[in-house]
Amino acid sequence: MSSTEIINTHEVHRDDVGARMGMWLFLFTELLLFGGLFLVYAIYRFKYPDQFQAAAMELNTTVGALNTIILLTSSLTVALSIAALQKGKRVLSIALLGITDILAVAFMINKYFEWSAKIHHGIYPGSEHLLSLPDGQILFYGLYYIMTGLHALHIIIGLIFLTIVMAFVYTGSVNKDSFVKLENAGLYWHLVDLIWIFLFPLFYLLQ
Amino acid sequence: MDKPTNGAVKSFYEEGTTKKATGLYSWLFTTDHKRIGIMYLIALSFFFCVGMTIALFMRWELMATGTQIMEAQTYNTLFTLHGIIMVFLFIIPGIPAVFGNFFLPLHLGAKDVSFPRLNLLSFWIYLIGATLVLVSLVLPGGPIDTGWTFYIPYSIRTSTNVSFSLFAAFILGFSSILTGLNFVTTVHRLRAPGMSYFKMPLFVWSIYATSWIQVLATPVVGITILLVMLERYFGVGIFDPALGGDPILFQHMFWIYSHPAVYIMILPAMGVVSEIIPTFTHRTIFGYTAIAISSLAIAFVGYLVWAHHMFTSGLSDTASYIFSMLTFLVALPSAIKVFNWVASMYKGSIDPKPPFLWVMSFIGLFSIGGLTGLALGALSTDIHLHDTYFVVAHFHYVMFGGTGTIFIAALFYWWPKMFGRMYNIKLASISALIFFVGFNLLYFPKFIMGYQGMPRRYYDYLPEFESLQVVATVGSWVMLVAITLVIYTLISSLRKGKIAGGNPWSGVTLEWHIASPPPLENFDVVPEVTHEPYDFSQLKTMKYVAEGEVYE
Repeated sequence: MSSTEIINTHEVHRDDVGARMGMWLFLFTELLLFGGLFLVYAIYRFKYPDQFQAAAMELNTTVGALNTIILLTSSLTVALSIAALQKGKRVLSIALLGITDILAVAFMINKYFEWSAKIHHGIYPGSEHLLSLPDGQILFYGLYYIMTGLHALHIIIGLIFLTIVMAFVYTGSVNKDSFVKLENAGLYWHLVDLIWIFLFPLFYLLQ
Repeated sequence: MDKPTNGAVKSFYEEGTTKKATGLYSWLFTTDHKRIGIMYLIALSFFFCVGMTIALFMRWELMATGTQIMEAQTYNTLFTLHGIIMVFLFIIPGIPAVFGNFFLPLHLGAKDVSFPRLNLLSFWIYLIGATLVLVSLVLPGGPIDTGWTFYIPYSIRTSTNVSFSLFAAFILGFSSILTGLNFVTTVHRLRAPGMSYFKMPLFVWSIYATSWIQVLATPVVGITILLVMLERYFGVGIFDPALGGDPILFQHMFWIYSHPAVYIMILPAMGVVSEIIPTFTHRTIFGYTAIAISSLAIAFVGYLVWAHHMFTSGLSDTASYIFSMLTFLVALPSAIKVFNWVASMYKGSIDPKPPFLWVMSFIGLFSIGGLTGLALGALSTDIHLHDTYFVVAHFHYVMFGGTGTIFIAALFYWWPKMFGRMYNIKLASISALIFFVGFNLLYFPKFIMGYQGMPRRYYDYLPEFESLQVVATVGSWVMLVAITLVIYTLISSLRKGKIAGGNPWSGVTLEWHIASPPPLENFDVVPEVTHEPYDFSQLKTMKYVAEGEVYE
């Protein structure tokens, strides 16, 4: 090959397997990020079992269960959206992504009312009421706010991620033949769902 | 700097990935791994010089008992900044960011890394984190004074800018993670045809192992840092004993990352050594598989030894035994590497060029550092030596004597490839000698002082330590001469150096098969790998050979 031919042929490099691999590696880092918190939770639950149980009684299981159903459904819709795009049904794919977005917003609204109710009752880090409770309960609520808060942040990031990919599907740059971006957004959303699957029993059900 | 050209091939300096090939914009927005590597080199060198300057002032202060040039509080912030800058801004990104970026794709026969744009993003995130560190110095509250380990409870009580510096470390962690996942994917996906895993150069193996640690360990310190920040702002109580939390838990979580992090620092250096030794002995490396596997073994076992930093913090006896035993275990793969390097020289035709001399200096310094590490890993001696100068000396022997030395060796090895110019060989060799002498003057007395009980991080000391402290300070000046000489030698070569050919050292790994500096696309034809990585019979058929040219 002569030197004139190689100039300005910076071909677009496409590697879907590589892109998925990169996403999985990123998901590992997310797991370890939350893993640190799960470790802290395990240690303090072991240290203060009774107080953790007492504090958990205060949480609203109904709201938690509702949010679990919402997230599980949204995982289904995002998976269906990928399947729809693979079959070339672009409009259906966009609609399903839209439903996923709506469910994510519904989750955040629930979370907002749940947190406001707690704060209204004077349960938040540093509050007089919380500081009057035993140590184990302070730690339980500290972890509750940190872990569900970090998870909620991931919901917001996932919401943005899904919406951007939805725009790509709309413009056609993510399509039937090139859908790895949508797959990666879906993977991320499943991870957010998966973490909630662990948070829900640890905070709401272990009473 | 005028650019050397190699016939008709345009180098990556003359051709970029942006519309305009030159100017600041074409560098800051480039996705070319080589340009990103050079930008990291400039940034890291700057921060290395900043960290070194701080250290020189600290040594000056310690030259005699009592106040010399600064107050105690200034000293506290200086040793903290020295640690943060050297650890988070220089040595953790270190060799992977500079030489990994530049040479990993070249070693694999690839055109770039798997995610070139993500690679640029990593660099920007690094710059943002670095800027935050610098900004935290001038904000009200004063610079951070906790030491680079941010130990609780002091870090949640002090009024200095802890949160800001912690946030900077958090941001820098992102940069590290993104680089790591980029490199892992690159190694899996972009090997040239014929390059099976066991035909990869050993530098690639070491970068691969390092990248896994970056991906799997960094998030843990990320969440730990976030918890400390939340503790400072909201008082959630996770690490605060007043609210039922446990400060020792912070130490565990900090070291779960920060011990593997020392392997992030040293593993790439070991990879560079495994490249330099075959090239300058003109024979294949001894025990290729053992060296490759030991990189992974270090990465794996290194993950499980963190609590040896905490033998005096209050661990159960069982935990102490196990962590001590695992610490001894991690010395094995390191020793395997050292023995293999030394065995590689046997019956080789040794060519003592500067990169090789720096590697020799490394083997000596790193061995001292490694063996004294065993004294610290042993439970009984650690009680005596914990938090003394002995630890400081050990750490600097492995990190500066290890990684720092090899960073310079790698510069001397790959400089002709990166810039197309050869430096003054004589000056470079002399700098290696001065460095070795200065290094031992500076750090060896610290072993003795530590053994005699001189605690680390102290602003002042008892009069009996004065003579050794003076020796160490003089050593720091000798080091300054050595580093200045290195910088002068390299920078002056950019103007005055002879044009280096494609393969000035007669190396055989893939980067020596192309022109210096490499063209934008690296390889005009995708290389077909048929040889073992260090098979010197390739020299006969290679396009570029060192045509008997002698660089003096």
